[in-house]
Amino acid sequence: MFLAHLNSLEASIFSSLAILSLLLAFVMLGSHWLRNYVYAFAAESWLIAALSAAVGYFGGYRELYAIAVLTALFRGLVLPWLLVRIIGRLNVKRELHAVLQPSSSLVLGALLVMFAFVIANYMNREGATAGHVVILALTIMISMKFIGFLMLSVRDEAVSQILGLLVLENGIFLGSQILVPGMPMLIEIVILFDLLIVVACFGMLVRFLLVHAGTTSSRELQRLVG
Amino acid sequence: MAFDLAIALFLAPAIASVASLLLRNAHVAEYLNAAAAILDLAVSIPMLIDVLRSGPVLVLHGYVLIDPLGTWVILCIAVVYALSAIYAVGYMRLLNEEERLPLFYALFSGFAFTMFAACMMNNVGVFWIAIELTTLISTFLVGFEREAESTEAAWKYIVVVSGGISLALLGTVLFYWGGSFVFGPTYAMTWAALHQSATQVYTPLLTVSFLLVLVGYGTKAGLAPMHTWLPDAHSESPAPVSAMLSGALLNASMLGIARFLSVVDGTRTGQFAHSAVVALGIFSFILAALFIVRQTDVKRLMAYSSVEHIGVQALGLGFGGVLGVAGALYHMLNHSLNKSLMFFGSGNAMRAYGTKDMGGIRSVLRTFPASGTLWLLGAVGIAGAPPFALFLSEFTILRAGMAGRYRWAAILFIVFLIVVFIGFLSHFRRMYFDESAERGPALSGLVWRTVPMWLAFAPILILGLWWPQHLWSVFAHISSTMLRGAQ
Repeated sequence: MFLAHLNSLEASIFSSLAILSLLLAFVMLGSHWLRNYVYAFAAESWLIAALSAAVGYFGGYRELYAIAVLTALFRGLVLPWLLVRIIGRLNVKRELHAVLQPSSSLVLGALLVMFAFVIANYMNREGATAGHVVILALTIMISMKFIGFLMLSVRDEAVSQILGLLVLENGIFLGSQILVPGMPMLIEIVILFDLLIVVACFGMLVRFLLVHAGTTSSRELQRLVG
Repeated sequence: MAFDLAIALFLAPAIASVASLLLRNAHVAEYLNAAAAILDLAVSIPMLIDVLRSGPVLVLHGYVLIDPLGTWVILCIAVVYALSAIYAVGYMRLLNEEERLPLFYALFSGFAFTMFAACMMNNVGVFWIAIELTTLISTFLVGFEREAESTEAAWKYIVVVSGGISLALLGTVLFYWGGSFVFGPTYAMTWAALHQSATQVYTPLLTVSFLLVLVGYGTKAGLAPMHTWLPDAHSESPAPVSAMLSGALLNASMLGIARFLSVVDGTRTGQFAHSAVVALGIFSFILAALFIVRQTDVKRLMAYSSVEHIGVQALGLGFGGVLGVAGALYHMLNHSLNKSLMFFGSGNAMRAYGTKDMGGIRSVLRTFPASGTLWLLGAVGIAGAPPFALFLSEFTILRAGMAGRYRWAAILFIVFLIVVFIGFLSHFRRMYFDESAERGPALSGLVWRTVPMWLAFAPILILGLWWPQHLWSVFAHISSTMLRGAQ
């Protein structure tokens, strides 16, 4: 297993890329402006692509280069471009009714990262350098899940909910590059493809919502209860 | 043999779907769809028999597995697909959306196609993708009516379910990671491989992975507290789609839980996993029972009843053993049949009275003497009363619960079964026997919408009076393979 033979340079490259992407998740959490979310998401995807390439280079997994290219292309360019277009068409620039202030959601996010660390620590049994990287990868994987769910629950705009879902999946991509770089490639390509369909779907739904419910804020979706 | 049948199983809805899109003719599309559905039902039965006789089949480099458990779920899905495809012919014409009907039927058979595919996937990652595809296609079916409510339901459906199912993906990745300690960094992630490695995986890792997939597929299966999308999606989609979502899709997701449960069976996580499934099952059951009592909307009533019955299935799987598994699988078929009948009945009532509010639906028997009787008998059946099939399966699950460590859950199950019975039937009493001033308008084209109700009702009654010995041996076979681990 390649994590067992990590040297300190590799470990620090992987860790810093992972930590930077977690920071970008916090940028998304702390901002009101929809465009900022999209840019942060694009940057995060580029970091994940860089991480794939780094793991591919140091671990000798050739196919990870292809995944890096695909990630950068789809998640770093195509998805953000589509989202920016949707935002432009919807004419919503920012969240109007935040359930939580950015500052309190940042604090909540930090608490969730601590909780994720506790879970990650519980699951790990590697020691030394490998243990550091494993715990870090698991923590970031789980905390991106939490942050994604936090964004889904405190944000109303349809675009931020789409981004929340994408953050949920970014965490998995990031963690799986480090933990299971040898996972058969088929799956990852299909997941990238799958995401593209998701966004196409969402673009359509956002339009439906605008035409029929008159708003893209889930705050107004209150007809169906009980 | 089983593989040839499987090809036919997939070709029929695929051809129906493509042809509906190409020909752009509503009538051709509805008949094609119904024909494909009936063919699929006809194919799924010999497929099950063949798989039982000659054992599971692995094809396409091990990516496709045709095993008894998956084939049983396929049979349940095919039953609902056939019934609701026939019902759709009569129902969808009422919506006055002739030019969009080919698209509807293309999506409808595509939806069936993805569910069949999910049941045969041997690679855990590809299984996840198949389940995600069912969500993508069915979102458009849920939002088909383009009303504000159905759009809202479709949005909630895709956001909640995609969020939930992404947890299952994380769980899957962690399962793979656990296996890589045994098989090395690259291996084919089949159910059998995961089961083989599970005993050697670090227990906390296995436990967290299992919880993640349980919550993920549990969201898709509608287990409470992740069920929040379900009442909206089931009540706002057209009646045939509601039947498919409730009777077929929930089964496909339950299959994921059953397979993962058998992956961790026999490890140190096994006990905990069963307890977690029982806990979710009983919670869903209780919550649904309470919502059933205070419901005012007829389709939401059916939707909460789905949460209730998926909870019962989870209880059966969680109790485990031959009785528990047999009860859960029998319940799957019976619920598929009975819930289709209920959704068809509520679709008829909704169209005739022009409202989903049960306060506006009165004297059903005067409006629909024949299909109204069937709907009422179906309600008695779905509340769990003899002589209908759900009584037998619930009774079996109860026996499994009393025999094992989960007696407390079995006792709660009995208590809330009574609550459901009273709650559900008192709604029906009011709809049938409370007097109303005016008479509901008659509906044309009722034949297409009554025939599938007969077709659903007959097996419910027969299976309730007589549990065929062959079915029992099917369940015994499946549960023994599940206890030995996935094939």
